[in-house]
Amino acid sequence: MTGVAGAVIDLAAVAVLVVGVAGLWRRDLRALVGLLRVQGMALALVAAATAATQHDVGLAVTAVLVVVVKAGIVPTLLGRVARADPGARESAPLINVPSSLVLAAALVGLAVVVGAPLHALDPGRAAALAPLGLATVLVGYLLLVTRRRALSQVVGLLVIDNGVALMTFLLTAGVPLIVELGGSLDVLLVVVVLRALLGTMRARLGNVAIDELRELHD
Amino acid sequence: MTRDVVSLLQVVAVALGGLLLTGLMAKVRARAEGRVGPPITQPLREVAKRLGRESPRATAGRAQGVVPTILLVTTAVAAGLVPLAGLQTAGGAGADALVVVFLLLTGSLALAAGGLATATAFGGMGASRAMALSALAEPALLVALAAFAVPAGSLSLPVMLRHGLNAPIAMVSPSHVLAALALFIVVIAETGRLPVDNPSTHLELTMIHEAMTLEYGGRDLALVTLGAAMRLGLLLALLGTLAVPWGLATSSSPLALAGGLILVGVKSTVLAVVIALVEVHSAKLRLFRVPELLAAAFVVASLAVLVGVVAR
Repeated sequence: MTGVAGAVIDLAAVAVLVVGVAGLWRRDLRALVGLLRVQGMALALVAAATAATQHDVGLAVTAVLVVVVKAGIVPTLLGRVARADPGARESAPLINVPSSLVLAAALVGLAVVVGAPLHALDPGRAAALAPLGLATVLVGYLLLVTRRRALSQVVGLLVIDNGVALMTFLLTAGVPLIVELGGSLDVLLVVVVLRALLGTMRARLGNVAIDELRELHD
Repeated sequence: MTRDVVSLLQVVAVALGGLLLTGLMAKVRARAEGRVGPPITQPLREVAKRLGRESPRATAGRAQGVVPTILLVTTAVAAGLVPLAGLQTAGGAGADALVVVFLLLTGSLALAAGGLATATAFGGMGASRAMALSALAEPALLVALAAFAVPAGSLSLPVMLRHGLNAPIAMVSPSHVLAALALFIVVIAETGRLPVDNPSTHLELTMIHEAMTLEYGGRDLALVTLGAAMRLGLLLALLGTLAVPWGLATSSSPLALAGGLILVGVKSTVLAVVIALVEVHSAKLRLFRVPELLAAAFVVASLAVLVGVVAR
């Protein structure tokens, strides 16, 4: 049982990171939102498998919450934004795709080196994977700072959040339910606000390429 | 002695299998597109037909004449070294992954030199493109092989595969899955299949492999075709064996060897059908988008190595 759950945690944790890196690869904004959905599901799988090994009901509830918020509501909201602007692509990121992929590989390497001591906190199998959460955070930052479209930047922010969540699940086997609830609602609020902001920006300016904004208006 | 037999068997199997797999892939594509398609043995027949013909060569044709031999010999040596049917080949534990990569690279280098030697515009263009893509695919290939080597702690292919046979649970480890994925992309690029190169067209803007071999005819062309087919067979078999090492003969009994040979054939056939079906549903990438695909393969391979190191 533990063997199977352990293998599931391994695969799902790596899937969270790989999907984050795939976000750097795809240019299609709708595909980006789809990737976010997959990442939410993988994250929920990590939580569910951890809950199964620890027999932790609170964590199981958290897993359901993660599915609803991170694989359900948030991607759906962002998907609507993406659909409102069909054919929108990340056509000219600040760093081109091959370079940002290689940079991502370097960041993952950095996370593995820096995160190695984390293993000493808890010599269990899950804690050894914690650097992957750190790597996901760094990849999310890369997405956030190198993309020009507002929607990809929101996705970058959410990838960072997913990375933090992955680290919590792997290192501490989940935080108390109320903290997780607060975190999830926070993310949801951010997405709702950003979505409203994106809608307003498109209505006023016709596009949401952040890089082209030069001055402030009241 | 038996090791030499295994190696010899593998070279013959890779040569025949490569040609048949090329035919099979054309057949699968044709069927999926609603055509009847040529028979699976078509490439075999073409090579056999051309082997009996003389080779027309350009005036500066000396280099051109050497190229098919180099391509064929390096690929055959690699096919003899890699454990495909049995764990113990003529190379023994010295069948190093790096040696195999450099043997294959020597073959592509010779082919590119041959493309340049014909001194035609297409030959040079094809050579330049092939080298550019090879320079991007090679690091990804090396890193992917390194990812397979991490659990065994050795780059020697027999050691790697023996470790894989002894630890079947490792086959679903994330590192292994990612490494297999990266190797799959690299194999597509190295064998010149869609979406990197289109083997079934001679359209001037898209050719890579075909552009280099455009000036070849007769026996030379037969040998180059055979070399390319062997490369396809070898890479598919290598990918199949590394991803799922089951069935590899650990003893030297004829029965185990036959079983290993049949299983590696089945694995390569499955992979060939998958690649052919991918080809039906994908368009060729623009040449300048191919680096993105290969960079993705490189990143996936590096992730495989890093995850393998973390999870060890």
